[in-house]
Amino acid sequence: MFNPVPTRSTGLPSTDRQPSPEKRAQTRKRFLTAMLLVAPFILIYLVFLIYPTLRVFQLSFTNSDLSGVGNYNGIQNYVKLFTEPTFWTALVNTLYFILLTAVPNTLLGLALAMLILRLKRMKNFVLAAFFLPYVLPVSVVTNIWGWVLDSNFGLLNLVTGSSITWFQDPVWALPAVAFVTIWWTVGFNILLFIAGLQSISPEIYEAAALDGASGGRLFWSITWPNLWPVTSLILLLQLIAQFKIFDQIYLLTQGGPFDKTLVMLLYSYREGFQQQHGGYASTIGVILMLIILAVSAIQLRLTRGSRA
Amino acid sequence: MTTTQVPTTSSARPARSFQTRLSRLPGVLMTAFTVLLALLWVFPLYWAVITSVKPENDTISSPPTLWPQTFDFSSYSYIFQNSPIVRWYLNSIISSLAITVLVLLLSLMCAYALSQIDFRGRVWLYFLVLAGFMIPFQASLIPLFILVNKMGLVNNYLGLILPQLAAPIAVVIYKQFFDQVPPELGDAARMDGASEFRVLFSIFLPLNWTITFSLAIVTFIAAWNNFLWPFIVMNDTAKLTIPVGITQVQSAYGVAYAKTMASAVTAAIPTVVAYLIFQRRVTEGVMATAGLK
Repeated sequence: MFNPVPTRSTGLPSTDRQPSPEKRAQTRKRFLTAMLLVAPFILIYLVFLIYPTLRVFQLSFTNSDLSGVGNYNGIQNYVKLFTEPTFWTALVNTLYFILLTAVPNTLLGLALAMLILRLKRMKNFVLAAFFLPYVLPVSVVTNIWGWVLDSNFGLLNLVTGSSITWFQDPVWALPAVAFVTIWWTVGFNILLFIAGLQSISPEIYEAAALDGASGGRLFWSITWPNLWPVTSLILLLQLIAQFKIFDQIYLLTQGGPFDKTLVMLLYSYREGFQQQHGGYASTIGVILMLIILAVSAIQLRLTRGSRA
Repeated sequence: MTTTQVPTTSSARPARSFQTRLSRLPGVLMTAFTVLLALLWVFPLYWAVITSVKPENDTISSPPTLWPQTFDFSSYSYIFQNSPIVRWYLNSIISSLAITVLVLLLSLMCAYALSQIDFRGRVWLYFLVLAGFMIPFQASLIPLFILVNKMGLVNNYLGLILPQLAAPIAVVIYKQFFDQVPPELGDAARMDGASEFRVLFSIFLPLNWTITFSLAIVTFIAAWNNFLWPFIVMNDTAKLTIPVGITQVQSAYGVAYAKTMASAVTAAIPTVVAYLIFQRRVTEGVMATAGLK
């Protein structure tokens, strides 16, 4: 998909090197039309995505406030960042959150996709049940789970007799947010896995069944390896999405208790929007960007290889 | 595409022996398990709806009641009267619709030029667009805010909408679809003197209605649900979008779960309804944005 389309020559083959004035005018007209068509998107794209992306690098070397006013201070922000325990807390928490979401969410998605595919009736209903949370706004999701997991009157604690304050507990807060995230997003993984599973040709299974393979054997020697391109895509998409985790954490725990759920983007938000440290917050942004670009590069490579 | 039905073999149906019935038991159990799990999965949604129609005092009654003793819609009337929820709703509707229309229009035009017009710098431009595919706007939130603030667009609908148009995903998807349209179709129209705009809107767009519709729904849902940027750029209580707004009232109500759930249910209605009606289109759109067609 990423290959540029071979250019099509439209006019008649010209014999002389110098293009005729007529043809040159045509080329010019075509160029102007193309510019007119791409300009609205490209302008907005350059101003609101590319420019801030470049600017964040520049800001990371300044002591700017939130209005962008400040002076260059060399690599001070970076030195501060890497010696600041809070940054490492945020990085470790982010990685822990990824561990708690990406892998379980992928495996659960695969298991549910396989369970759904073998259904005959009710297939659409079951799929919709798992996918429905995915279309909800994040604050609706966090409000609902804030209620269900409420320590005093929440359904879970009432039913189980537990008294854990899920989102304020130093041990449980991050796993609880991870659980909510999986509930919210597993439908997306299920969709991709269903597509992946359906694209495995039934003949391979038939051939293997003739050879006497069944059950677990069939899964490990056929399903899993054939599905790997989809599985790795899903893992990487999760990895990218969870590095940018902010909304659920901000809404459920605000990073607490005691920074136990502080993640990188929340750290950047705190420094930037609450402390007015625009430069330092940008430095955190740069680190986040570099990590995500690296993961995306791997993803691009994989998707490129699996399609073509 | 996910709804491809496996044809059920219902032809011959002789009286089954006890043994064949027994051999079906694991399958039946697994089906029951799957359905049970699905019900469990949507249960929090059910619980939210049920809570919202209980009188506030009944929400914290123990043991919890799975069906309200009396249906009470006072939480809904309360939030409609005591919070700017109608205003937030309008803000969300207007901005999400504007974003949907503009994203599709801008992406259509850009993708058409990249796919169909042979001009200098085309390949270079496409790589620029693809690069943005990987760039997380969240990492440059600070400079984006500084920029929008300098433009005087904080607490302004343009400031809310414009940055959300800068995502290249729809351009990339449209380009893939346009690349598959046989070139003869466009060339024939051009021979007849049709302008490129004409070719785009009377040939390429109609040929790609399905994906356009899917993209429209997915873009609308994403715009409606977007949290981080609206949360950053809109601070005036009256100008919030609904997903940001309902987080404000929650703290204002204190422990008032019927009201909190009533506002959550209200905020979720458009996307849930859009999904339930257009399930297949949503599925298609989600797959396209994930890079799987």
